[in-house]
Amino acid sequence: MATPEHEESAIPRTWRKPPFIANPLVRYGLLVVLVAYLIWAFGSLPFNWERISEGLPRAARIFGGGFPPTLSRFDLLLTGFTESLQIAIMATLLGVLLSVPFAVMAARNIAPLPIYLLGRAVIIISRSFHPVIVAILFVAAVGFGPLAGILTLTLYSIGFVGKLLAEEIEEIDWGQVEAMRSTGAGYLATLYYAVFPQILPRQVGLSMYQLDSNLRASAVVGIVGAGGIGSTLMNAFGRYDYDFAFAILLVIIAVILASEGVSGWVRKKIW
Amino acid sequence: MLEISNLIKRYGRDEPVLKGLDLTVEGNSVVSIVGASGAGKSTMLRCINRLVEPTSGSIKLNGTELVTLRHAELRRARRKIGMVFQGFNLIDRLTVMENVLAGRLGYVNLFQAITRRYPAADIERAFVLMERVGIAHYANKRADELSGGERQRVGVVRALMQEPEVLLADEPTASLDPRTSEQIMVLLQSLASELSLPVLINIHNVAQARTYTDRIVGLRHGTMIFDGIPSDFDKDALDAIYGGIEAPEDEPAPPAEEVHDGHA
Repeated sequence: MATPEHEESAIPRTWRKPPFIANPLVRYGLLVVLVAYLIWAFGSLPFNWERISEGLPRAARIFGGGFPPTLSRFDLLLTGFTESLQIAIMATLLGVLLSVPFAVMAARNIAPLPIYLLGRAVIIISRSFHPVIVAILFVAAVGFGPLAGILTLTLYSIGFVGKLLAEEIEEIDWGQVEAMRSTGAGYLATLYYAVFPQILPRQVGLSMYQLDSNLRASAVVGIVGAGGIGSTLMNAFGRYDYDFAFAILLVIIAVILASEGVSGWVRKKIW
Repeated sequence: MLEISNLIKRYGRDEPVLKGLDLTVEGNSVVSIVGASGAGKSTMLRCINRLVEPTSGSIKLNGTELVTLRHAELRRARRKIGMVFQGFNLIDRLTVMENVLAGRLGYVNLFQAITRRYPAADIERAFVLMERVGIAHYANKRADELSGGERQRVGVVRALMQEPEVLLADEPTASLDPRTSEQIMVLLQSLASELSLPVLINIHNVAQARTYTDRIVGLRHGTMIFDGIPSDFDKDALDAIYGGIEAPEDEPAPPAEEVHDGHA
């Protein structure tokens, strides 16, 4: 059957996906710039090949010393892990609880402008530094040990959970808020009835995620003196106890895997 | 008695949505407000409980001026204005009972609200009203497990829990199937006379407006162009309200020999 307006049927029509950047000059220009930059970057970075080749045997010694890993100081490992776990759980609880008020402050649809800006500022500041940097500051402020770790990871959790929760609040079904307002409910009652039930599943999921993220981070911040398994690991390296250090690394991997499995399972159950 | 006079609502610098509306509703009359989409029906209803801020004019409920109220005074006034929504606006994750009791949020303190320790009288009232509309056996079910008609009954009971002096219904039947929407209209009609409560209903379904309400108010482009009893609402009135408004292309406007359901 001939379709209407069917002309020049002899030439098969072709189609190609239009290029992402329409202007060919810009398209190839960007490619040239990128290649030039990579050449310059690799050429100018100070790779000292002599030192790298000197370091290789040392690396081999460390790795060699790490095998086979040994759990000879099992009690130390256990103490370190218990402390890490405590740090992670404490920080998650505190962080998740404190993230709620900051998330409410940082949600444009339910917070007046000055409060919103304050809430956003708190979240942005607590997200702008990596936990290791924050840990260094807290270790200087409150001394070595788990308290510095808890404070660090609490701040980290407030930033992360607060930001995602604020975005969740901004996307709630507004009709429920209108319904509560129309009954004459005050601000906080409206929050408890119309907002919190809507963000609860998300908050539980985020808390689970944050717990396993904090467990991972607690090993890192321990290295700068904020307690937990990271401190144990650092001490093992300091004593050239490479086989023990390797055992710790393996156990960290195992624990992270396990916690990721558990939190994934819980989140799936809630959704 | 609800008295609206010279109500104007303008969004930004656009043409006003409401252009000096006057409307008085007394006693337990059921008033339906009809008009095409964008005529200002919803805006008018929302100005009454100040979900939308009126630009100017006056709205008085039993002598209290609503337009100038602020903060706590506004919340106290809102307790006396029940509202039923097109999308029900129930708290889906809470139980039916919690949704119904939420109608008392303007009366209880925050601690009572959070811990769900409502006064015994409120709980009794909740059961009485739920029994009246036939949803008492759902008290502990989650609100999102109910059907549309049942959900709207929860919405109606929640509004009645406020012990309102006027009930506003913003297209209460638009999300329901025809049978269920008739039931909700019957319910609103009979509740109005049982509780001697004035009811304002925004509605698209002209046939239902004629059957279940005592008075029809027609809006067009923010002005009232019809106000009368259903038997006076004839073809001319219908044309004046909906006429000249573009229908979808492939549906030529049906010849309106008698008043038909305006599903537009």
